[in-house]
Amino acid sequence: MSEEKSARVVVVTSGKGGVGKTTSTASLGAALAHFGQKVVVIDFDVGLRNLDLVLGAERRVVFDLINVINGVAKLPQALIKDKRLENLFLLPASQTRDKDALTEEGVAKVIADLRAKFDWILCDSPAGIERGATLAMRHADTAIIVTNPEVSSVRDSDRIIGLLDSKTEKAERGESVDKHLLITRYHPWRAARGEMLSIDDVLDILSIPLLGIIPESEEVLRASNVGSPVTLNAALSAPARAYFDATRRLKGEQIPMHIPSESRGIFNKLFGRKAA
Amino acid sequence: MSSLICQRQSLTFRARSYMAFVFTPTPPIADWLADLDATLERSKGFFAGHPVALDLSTAGLTPPEISQLTASLAERGIRVLGIEGISPNELTPALPPLLRGGRAGQEIEIPEPAAAAAEPAPAPPPQKQEPASLLIDSPVRSGQSVVYIEGDVTVLGSVGSGAEIIAGGSIHIYGTLRGLAMAGASGNSRARIFCHRFEGELLAIGPHYKTADEIEASLRRGPTQAWLDGNTLKITAMN
Repeated sequence: MSEEKSARVVVVTSGKGGVGKTTSTASLGAALAHFGQKVVVIDFDVGLRNLDLVLGAERRVVFDLINVINGVAKLPQALIKDKRLENLFLLPASQTRDKDALTEEGVAKVIADLRAKFDWILCDSPAGIERGATLAMRHADTAIIVTNPEVSSVRDSDRIIGLLDSKTEKAERGESVDKHLLITRYHPWRAARGEMLSIDDVLDILSIPLLGIIPESEEVLRASNVGSPVTLNAALSAPARAYFDATRRLKGEQIPMHIPSESRGIFNKLFGRKAA
Repeated sequence: MSSLICQRQSLTFRARSYMAFVFTPTPPIADWLADLDATLERSKGFFAGHPVALDLSTAGLTPPEISQLTASLAERGIRVLGIEGISPNELTPALPPLLRGGRAGQEIEIPEPAAAAAEPAPAPPPQKQEPASLLIDSPVRSGQSVVYIEGDVTVLGSVGSGAEIIAGGSIHIYGTLRGLAMAGASGNSRARIFCHRFEGELLAIGPHYKTADEIEASLRRGPTQAWLDGNTLKITAMN
């Protein structure tokens, strides 16, 4: 860790729970590391940590973010190196403490220290708009807003975008956090039948640029259960390819957007044409 | 008899704000009154017909002294509308009521004697003011609340579900209204709401409102305006 770097701080956030923040943080983090970038993912969900499980690191957690903030452990002691990708590190959350243990100064110090050592810092935000969520977004240069194509998730995302425009360091300096929309759990056949908000509806309501569309897939669940991000566990699956494309867009590459469709599904055959 | 009571319609109350002169007497009060007399000498009747409030936060007066001050002002033809800057227990029932939550206005210049002579009782000089309007050039997101009692609000983007715009004047939304819009919040019944595309949750002008459920479905997704016709909130398509 001798080389001096200047990381881009990315918060993965949504407002609503269960939309795929943690899965997306792990998948994007692994994809960035796969592309040779040095990445640390931080779990801000103090008290309800999950990122360690999704990355398969739960049996190697000794120290956590709160320990570092309290000075119980040094930052290098708390960082867990991924077993498969040598560029990927995890800073876990504490499961025993609550979000009040996060202090503004402590988080600022940890982020500043990590900035010098990594290319990317991905902050996995807890659901909600309380302390954990606001501290996760506090130092962000870039925000990835994870949204499911349904009304409650979209409205919560709208709320979060408002907070990103007012409560972050960048916003307080009069700048603006770079915002990207990541639509997850997209069902091609339900979209075709008009049972979900369309991609256009979501983009119209939130009016921020689209980073990617991740199709709903068994592969994502399977990957989480074996403790491996889908971009590592099933790199050729549709969701993994969508995450890889989103990662390359995050890095600034121009990749054409692909709206997932289900070419052989029976539902598509039955209903696809009618809805179109 | 009870049926009569049941049939009574619920009362509607309106809020209204006024500009008042605020006097801030400073001790010694006798000197302050002398200064006031000098001002009155130059511009007779300047305060006539205008509400006057007393800010006593720096005067440090006892209740009897406050009574004496209001009496001295009454002798000069100045009736005090309310008092601010003291605690409620310093207030005797005979005194004007306590005021709270005032917003600062501009400083008012007393016209020079020449002007005062030409116009015996001039209204407070209408100082040059920027037209009261607020322009918002970004979307208003869910959970955000824009309150602008001073005048009109114009939003160039959309107003999200769960966001609210409250204006003393009219509201103009060039994007989609998905949240709620309340115009005429300070009692202006001529205020209107215009939106380029209506998918809102509630429209209100003054105390009259309609929720999305009560608004004709055919208006949704189209350009819409709302205004008051007497005491009825009218909402129509704008073409």
